[in-house]
Amino acid sequence: MIEQFRMYFAYPFVQYAMIVGVLIALCSSLLGVTLVLKRFSFIGDGLSHVAFGAMAIAAVVGVTDDMLLVLPITMICAVLLLWTGQNTKIKGDAAVAMISVGALAIGYLLMNLFPTSSNISGDVCSTLFGSTSILTLKFSEVVLCVILSIVVVTVFVFCYHRIFAVTFDENFARAVGTKVNRFNLLIAILIAVIIVLAMNLVGSLLVSALIIFPALSAMRVLKSFLSVTICSAVLSVCCATVGILLSIIYGTPVGSTIVAMDITAFIIFTIIGKIGGRS
Amino acid sequence: MGELICRNIALGYESTILVKDLNFEVQKGAYLCIVGENGAGKSTLMRTILHLQKPLAGEIVYGEGLHATEIGYLPQQTLVQRDFPASVQEVVLSGCQSRLGRHAFYTKEDKMRAAERMERLGITHLAKRCYRELSGGQQQRVLLARALCATERMLLLDEPVSGLDPKVTIELYELIRDLNQEGITVIMISHDILSAIQYADHILHIGAEVFYGTTEAYQNSPQGMGYLERGQRK
Repeated sequence: MIEQFRMYFAYPFVQYAMIVGVLIALCSSLLGVTLVLKRFSFIGDGLSHVAFGAMAIAAVVGVTDDMLLVLPITMICAVLLLWTGQNTKIKGDAAVAMISVGALAIGYLLMNLFPTSSNISGDVCSTLFGSTSILTLKFSEVVLCVILSIVVVTVFVFCYHRIFAVTFDENFARAVGTKVNRFNLLIAILIAVIIVLAMNLVGSLLVSALIIFPALSAMRVLKSFLSVTICSAVLSVCCATVGILLSIIYGTPVGSTIVAMDITAFIIFTIIGKIGGRS
Repeated sequence: MGELICRNIALGYESTILVKDLNFEVQKGAYLCIVGENGAGKSTLMRTILHLQKPLAGEIVYGEGLHATEIGYLPQQTLVQRDFPASVQEVVLSGCQSRLGRHAFYTKEDKMRAAERMERLGITHLAKRCYRELSGGQQQRVLLARALCATERMLLLDEPVSGLDPKVTIELYELIRDLNQEGITVIMISHDILSAIQYADHILHIGAEVFYGTTEAYQNSPQGMGYLERGQRK
């Protein structure tokens, strides 16, 4: 088996997939805890649909680099949903549902009206489930992914205490003078970046699994914010690594294999939590 | 000059005005209870004092060098906190967040401060415990320790005893009284009128008619007598 891996890892595209997969898993798990606790789990899902719509637009308009269009559009929607979502007329979950389904429909409509290739359903499927895109990464995309990951992790580490404060008790944070809106905005932007990155790995339908599963698993067992954050990061990286390796060996779709690993981990952690809680 | 002065405040939201021309002044070291019916504007007033929302009219002035961000706030518990994985230490330390300034991490000094506040409230032994697994009374102590990290001068408490059993309620009231006697100004929203009269030295009753004055004056005022009677009957 090791021989087989050595053979596969001689190919640059496998190396790229591994690097990108691990980094994305790391980034996406960091903010998962905050999103789950703020009851924003579905924002990841909604935003990934937005990113899907944006990708369709990018394909129709014929932008050479998808990212240039997809990233800003997703960021704007993230800001709209997270930052202003709390005091608008349409409340949180309804706004998310509206934007996500709307973007999905428009995206699919555009792809059909202005087909860029003969195999539309294949295109749609790979955007939704990321079936092959991780294995077709270009060197420039890998570099971009590395840079963005470093930015996400750095920003997260430096804002860690404030993110905790804002997540735990927004009113208290505001009362003692923390610029809560600024940090909600920051969280929104980070989430958008992570989702656009993660779309390459698991496709837009499965992105939110990557964000929430590690956090939910860690929360079953651990009791402090720091330990939950670290554990979910480690867990996410492990699941992604195992998932990518398995998908290489058995030829399964990368995204769904990783998510299946995350689900397995969640079940294991739930059982551990139950046993640990009883004793 | 008082630490907190409210001048001609009007409270409410959008088109509804709940309270008009509210005037009062809180002296350093005072213990003020804000009482009134549900929906009279107690929480709105508290949010206004904390600068979480703007008054419809009038102004709030802080005196004696008190800054708005130096008020320790004990909010009502939120839904989020009920399944939040956080250790007691993390929660208390987050009370120091205004001291972070431009820095990303808490200093040793901040950690000492948090440890000292935990000691004062007798929760040091809980430091590593998970906040959501504590009893209601312990959780309130943790949040009180957090509020004390943010202030040395003024505490604002929003119905601190709601949901606590009688024994724990009394313990918490005594603790707050002790803090007040150490020189911290206390402003508390309360439904519990009898305890308010027992512990507070000033009462602010908001509703159709506003009363502000010492506790003795309140007990002899028509509003106070009416409200007390109803409170006792309950």
